[in-house]
Amino acid sequence: MTPLRWSRRTAALPESAPEKGPWAPAPVIEVRSLIKTYGHGDAAVHALSGPVDPVSGAALGVELVVQQGDFVAVMGSSGSGKSTLMNILGCLDVPTSGRYLLDGIHVGGLDERQLSLVRNRKIGFVFQSFNLVPRTPALAQVELPLAYAGVKPAERRRRAEAALTLVGLADRMDHRPNELSGGQQQRVAVARALVTAPAMLLADEPTGNLDSHSTEEVLAVVDRLNAAGRTVVLITHEDEVARHAKRVVRLVDGRIVDDVRQAPVDGPPPAMRDDASLVGGGR
Amino acid sequence: MSLFQTLRFAFGGLAANKVRSALTMLGVLIGVAAVIVLLAVGNGSSQAVKDSIEKLGTNALTVSSGGGFGGSRSATATKPLTVDDARALADPASAPHIESVAPETTTSQTALYQGTSHTVSQVVGTYPAYFKASNSKVTKGDYFSDDDVLGARKVAVIGSTTATDVFGTADPVGRKMTLGGTPFTVVGVLATKGGTGFQDPDDVVVAPLPTVQNAFTGFGSLGQILVEAKSADATTQAQDEITTVLMGRHGIKDPTALDFRVSSQASLLTTQADTNKTFTVLLGAVAAISLLVGGIGITNIMLVTVTERTREIGIRKAIGAPRGVILGQFLAESTLLSLIGGGLGVAAGLIGSHFTIVGIKPVIIPESVVGAFAIAVAIGLFFGGYPANRAASLRPIEALRHE
Repeated sequence: MTPLRWSRRTAALPESAPEKGPWAPAPVIEVRSLIKTYGHGDAAVHALSGPVDPVSGAALGVELVVQQGDFVAVMGSSGSGKSTLMNILGCLDVPTSGRYLLDGIHVGGLDERQLSLVRNRKIGFVFQSFNLVPRTPALAQVELPLAYAGVKPAERRRRAEAALTLVGLADRMDHRPNELSGGQQQRVAVARALVTAPAMLLADEPTGNLDSHSTEEVLAVVDRLNAAGRTVVLITHEDEVARHAKRVVRLVDGRIVDDVRQAPVDGPPPAMRDDASLVGGGR
Repeated sequence: MSLFQTLRFAFGGLAANKVRSALTMLGVLIGVAAVIVLLAVGNGSSQAVKDSIEKLGTNALTVSSGGGFGGSRSATATKPLTVDDARALADPASAPHIESVAPETTTSQTALYQGTSHTVSQVVGTYPAYFKASNSKVTKGDYFSDDDVLGARKVAVIGSTTATDVFGTADPVGRKMTLGGTPFTVVGVLATKGGTGFQDPDDVVVAPLPTVQNAFTGFGSLGQILVEAKSADATTQAQDEITTVLMGRHGIKDPTALDFRVSSQASLLTTQADTNKTFTVLLGAVAAISLLVGGIGITNIMLVTVTERTREIGIRKAIGAPRGVILGQFLAESTLLSLIGGGLGVAAGLIGSHFTIVGIKPVIIPESVVGAFAIAVAIGLFFGGYPANRAASLRPIEALRHE
């Protein structure tokens, strides 16, 4: 129960400042020896295995640490395990083995109820296919996580409106998903993901279904969020999108093969620091 | 997550599939309405029996000729009932619990009046005591008197059906009609009894016994003797006294070999009321089955809804909907279905019970209304529980991948 109460207190803080522990701030994501296997025996598919032990030949599992305020792009071709990793990071799926500490909480030890609390307060998830609730206006859509968190209606409305204004949809609050363009839908999804002030924003190919103009709109929102201190983990296979990240991790066959830092953790994301060069390179 | 919020989501879910929701509600509606109406019909028919018991007079006993089932076998010869038997029963010394005795002979004759012909199913020849014992009252004119009986006058008191069929709108009192060739003067018209049996109790002509015997049946045996006990409580003693007196007069020693039968109208009708109860239970069972089918309809629709909205459930779970909220949402939907369906069913049942169904005026049992409604809602909760639980237990990633 301790992590639960702890998570409630954090969620109550507006735009939670990086937590100042006695030493360094705890990493937002700490993944140790993470392995995910689908199926059994010969038919087993090793979605995430990490490097292989040269002596025993056993999989050692994926290791990944993401610091507060970082902007990580996870890249890889289909089947590289990046979506599996994302689902585990988002507490939507459970690893076969290994430890996953989210904001200092050992997720594997949580029950169903606590997991839903973690999904609600700690993680903002943005999907490739938007995944908005059908027939629900944008404002109600964004209010939904707050409703699940038990926030009072007036407060809920205020925060949802603020989040929608932040993503530039102040004039589309009463529109239903089928009345919004793809870019607008994805920005509603981003607003919904960040309205609970989560520890991190997880985006699974957020621009995969968008045209270039909408892609720029959504990425600009993500850049601004990261500049404001929000940790972002984003999956993509487009270099143009990865260019926005401070750090790029490449996955091949369930292993991290490449980990490049493009910008320091503290400070603005590359796109905002070097706007001119990005526009030049992007077109 | 407030209750209001949950209900709003549930309404939204139902509104998304209006036709489907309406049809499911219709299932519950029919179930609930069937329970209410069918039980009301059953109850109405027993009520009608109860009413006719009261109309007949609970004090009345009928003595008829012939043994009971198997009784006549051992009797050497069946002695018919006679006027002397009736006279013996009227003796207060041997039968202190008997109030009055009316010997009866019954026939069927055709009545004629100014070219109108009508077959009267019951022409009763009797004494004036008949009217009180059989709970027959005149509304127009008067009863015939003991003098009419002694003088064997050709007077008659007729039932209300006979009055309208023979005389139409004209006032029959004082008019003469021909009954089986004999002219009778109508002196009174009986109050309408109404009834549920095959025979219309209002299609009757009551005349003095000697008159009817003289004209139609002859001076032999009687059809039956109508006996009125002093009170409803005294019917058992009166029955014993009748048996004792008639056994003495007919010379029967063995009480199991009687050549006559004493039956109380009330006991006959109680048997009929019991039959009615069985009838009501059967009707109730049929209605309960239709309610159950309605409940299965809810389960079916909720299962479809859950499957169809698996993705939505995944989204809701991904943004942190706890199990309880998902469970609550789907339970609320199924309960709303049954609540609205049940409410409309109660309305339909109450309206339907105002109509006369197969000749029976339904009488609503208040418990059936409350019960059917409560069962409908409980069915919604119970049958909605399984799909709702299935929805709530889905793993978010599996739900999201569902297409």
